[in-house]
Amino acid sequence: MKEQNCVKMEFPSRSVNEGYARAAVAAFASQLDMTLTELGDVKTAVSEAVTNAIVHAYPEGLGTVSLRVRILEGDVLEVQVKDKGRGIEDVEKAREPLFTTGGEDRSGMGFTIMESFMDSLRVKSKPGSGTSVTMRKKVARRTAGR
Amino acid sequence: MKLSTSEKAGKLTIAIGGELDHHGAREAARRIEETIEASVPRDCVIDLRELRFMDSSGIAIILRVYKRLNAIGGRLTVENVPEQPMRVLDASGIDRMIDINAMQTEKPV
Repeated sequence: MKEQNCVKMEFPSRSVNEGYARAAVAAFASQLDMTLTELGDVKTAVSEAVTNAIVHAYPEGLGTVSLRVRILEGDVLEVQVKDKGRGIEDVEKAREPLFTTGGEDRSGMGFTIMESFMDSLRVKSKPGSGTSVTMRKKVARRTAGR
Repeated sequence: MKLSTSEKAGKLTIAIGGELDHHGAREAARRIEETIEASVPRDCVIDLRELRFMDSSGIAIILRVYKRLNAIGGRLTVENVPEQPMRVLDASGIDRMIDINAMQTEKPV
């Protein structure tokens, strides 16, 4: 799919940046004619992906989280969240609802929410070298002939 | 994340406002648990009227409150849930265990 616009950012894995990341994606995504519900879904999915990187990728300290947002031909929004952290041993297991290594603080619903709020979710991970999560959502056209 | 609590006739109300994500969740959980330990309520209401955003961190908090109340024989309801948090709660399926009620009239944005 042809790229029409793109923005990239990097930030340290501090939890205070979770709010920034979803607000930044929402601001960029507003170029597409999204409903408030669609925008809420995108913000939620971004929050889950960025929180995963912050909580799980760098347990020993701070690392870098990279975020790339693209608008693709056909009103498709793509969000990619990448880290160079410890990676996920078993991606299939991690994607199961309620599975978490985060204890009582985490619900284990992050991937389930990303899956149900976006149209597609791809998770690539290599233990010791990092994880990338790529999500896409097609935005329904509300006005004809633009 | 903004948190306030009030108590009246054995009923504890916990109002959570602003944005509830992982960043504010630990502090919220700690303060809520302290309040429940101190008041040992029969009924507890989590009021989300002023909540502008919530992710799965909110699910974990509501489940924690539910478990604490179960342990002391109390009852939990979640009230005035705006649209975005409601979609997150719906996706989690916890409405099968906990009484969750959507906000009646959406505020104009």
